[in-house]
Amino acid sequence: MHAAYPLLLGALLFAIGLYGVLARRNAITVLMAIELLLNAVTINLVAFGSLIRDRYNVGQVFTLFIITIAAAETGLGLAIVLMIFRQRGSADIDAQRLLAEPLRGPTDETEPSVRPSAATGVESGAAR
Amino acid sequence: MNFFALLTIALPALGSAVTFAGGRDRRHVKFWSVAPIAAALFCSLVVQVAHGTGGTSTAVTELAPAGQYTVWLGTRVTGLSALVGILVTVVALCVQVFSLTYMKDEKRYPTYAALISLFTAAMLLVVYSADLIVLLVGWEVMGACSYFLIGHYWERADARSGSIKAFLVTKTGDVPFLFGIAALGVRTGSFRIDDVLHSIAANGLPYAPFIASLLLCGVIGKSAQFPLHTWLPDAMAGPTPISALIHAATMVAAGIYVVALLYPVFLFAPGVLTAMAVIAAITMTGAALAAFAQTDIKKVLAYSTVSQLAYMLGGLAVGGRAAAVFHLLTHGAFKALLFLAAGVIIHRVGSNELSEMGGLRHRMPWTYRTMTVGLAALVGVPLLSGWFSKEAILGAAWDADGQFAAAGKIVLVSGLITVGLTAAYATRLWLKMFWGPFPLAHPDDHRVEAPQTELVPLLVLAVPAALLGFVALGGGAFESWIGDSFGHALPATAGTDLRPAGLTTLLALLMSVLGAGVVWNSWRQDPAADPARLLGRWRETALYAFYLDDVQDLIIVQPAKALARMVGFLDTEVVDAYVRGAGVGARGLGGLLRRVQTGNIQLYLTALFTGVIVIAAVFAGQVR
Repeated sequence: MHAAYPLLLGALLFAIGLYGVLARRNAITVLMAIELLLNAVTINLVAFGSLIRDRYNVGQVFTLFIITIAAAETGLGLAIVLMIFRQRGSADIDAQRLLAEPLRGPTDETEPSVRPSAATGVESGAAR
Repeated sequence: MNFFALLTIALPALGSAVTFAGGRDRRHVKFWSVAPIAAALFCSLVVQVAHGTGGTSTAVTELAPAGQYTVWLGTRVTGLSALVGILVTVVALCVQVFSLTYMKDEKRYPTYAALISLFTAAMLLVVYSADLIVLLVGWEVMGACSYFLIGHYWERADARSGSIKAFLVTKTGDVPFLFGIAALGVRTGSFRIDDVLHSIAANGLPYAPFIASLLLCGVIGKSAQFPLHTWLPDAMAGPTPISALIHAATMVAAGIYVVALLYPVFLFAPGVLTAMAVIAAITMTGAALAAFAQTDIKKVLAYSTVSQLAYMLGGLAVGGRAAAVFHLLTHGAFKALLFLAAGVIIHRVGSNELSEMGGLRHRMPWTYRTMTVGLAALVGVPLLSGWFSKEAILGAAWDADGQFAAAGKIVLVSGLITVGLTAAYATRLWLKMFWGPFPLAHPDDHRVEAPQTELVPLLVLAVPAALLGFVALGGGAFESWIGDSFGHALPATAGTDLRPAGLTTLLALLMSVLGAGVVWNSWRQDPAADPARLLGRWRETALYAFYLDDVQDLIIVQPAKALARMVGFLDTEVVDAYVRGAGVGARGLGGLLRRVQTGNIQLYLTALFTGVIVIAAVFAGQVR
């Protein structure tokens, strides 16, 4: 089989996934798009692995790792989305802007206005 | 013998270290402040006895040889250093014993005692050092110690400013002095004093006027000569025993000692000797006039010291090296006595002001007797020590000829005038302190004599103050003791005759009788009034020492402060502007970046992806 087919498939999947991650609003759709990205990568790994005739099949080994980790990641992501939805009643990813930088400066701009004044020495006038 | 000289230096240093380290147990402090100096006194006597009238004995070890010049650690004993060493240890011992009770109520007494020991050790280092660099170390340690001791009562503003002034003014002289030492060492090829003197004796000294004037700067700073004398009266803010130590034996004596030590350098520079004579003349008369107008008894004594040091410098300027050293020794004895006695009086009266004293002769008979001896020696009452030494200097000025002729005339005229002025201010001091009524009605008029530890040093010092002068009757014997200026032994027959003789003695006696008589007459007319009124409208001028402080303030202090303000302005407004600009700029850029942080994850991811594409494109471009 020609190597272009799996690579094209990978590129297509990656593009769809990228579109989903960057443009969709629903958090679950974004998660699914991330899965597509990962799968695009795995296809590339397997394709290149066979293309360069890798003796140890590192590409396939990594694919297995990625599948495992992707499962865990999706579970974690879904849990987070669920928590957010329960707290806010929406899983809209555009609305989650808690981590934005406030445009007013942070509190470190205040300086100590009162400096400790120099202790005045006791003047004693005893004869020397 | 050199080992004993080394011990003399090391013992006070050890005492100082132990006192510094030993905490605040007073008995411990008292022992370690007095005993090492007493032992050092014994060692210095051994050095003198062992040395006799021999030439020079040097024992040195090389310190870390590196480069062209080596520094020699070790001691060099000549007759001069042996005698001055005894003076230093005697006065230091008296001061330490005196301080036992005088300073017993001070909470910083341990520090004070340790600093006195260190001061003494530094002076002894100057005296016995075999190397100019090591001498300079002692010289500078003394400067630091005087700073600390003058500022002992640092709670008071005058003590703070006095100590800083002493430090800065003496440093003004020390910087040229350092250059002078360096130039001397380079020109003669060694910093070892023996080698320096040998080289000068053999080959002469190129650039001698230059080197001598640089050295003279350090000397007039340390020995408080015009125009760098202004620190000495202000140094009176320190405790009185310190004044005794500084004025009699250590700090100010060091300057004269160095001139006597490196005298051949000055002999090669007749112009500098004449300048020295002019400085001495200005200083001795000016300071004596200022002393006449002072109302603080310590300041009277301070200006008196300045004036007497000018005698020594004048003696050196006219070639009377032995006479100057002789006056250094007698002055050390009677000035230490005067300061310690003044300290007793100040403690008992509770004031420094002359106007609050009077009639003290019945209350403090022993202080009265010893101080009378001291003042009489200062005036030059015949047969007391000051008379012999002053006559020796005036005689040297009279006999001066050849390259010393001009200097001799200057010193002779000003010296005779100053004899009269000295008699005047000493008589005024004596009458106002001990005679007449006590101005403050005191409920009990019984004796308020000082405790024994304070009286014993007074009595001990009164003996040399009275009798040391008889050394001069030996004729040339004194000069054969101190040896000639190249450090060779000198037979007694070849020494300068220090016996008072001839016209100068008569003139000086006449002047002192005149000065004392005028003051006594003024006092007779009105015992309550201050004889300083004799100065008329110049009294104020003399009280403020001819406004020299104001002149120096105008010429040096104000420009220096203006410069400091300018530097401060440059620092806060120009240099700091860049620093502050860096801060403001970083914060502004941060503000711009902050606008990017919208919290929209998809925006971040887009930026990330764009970045990856850009990097990939650049990378691809490079690969191709």
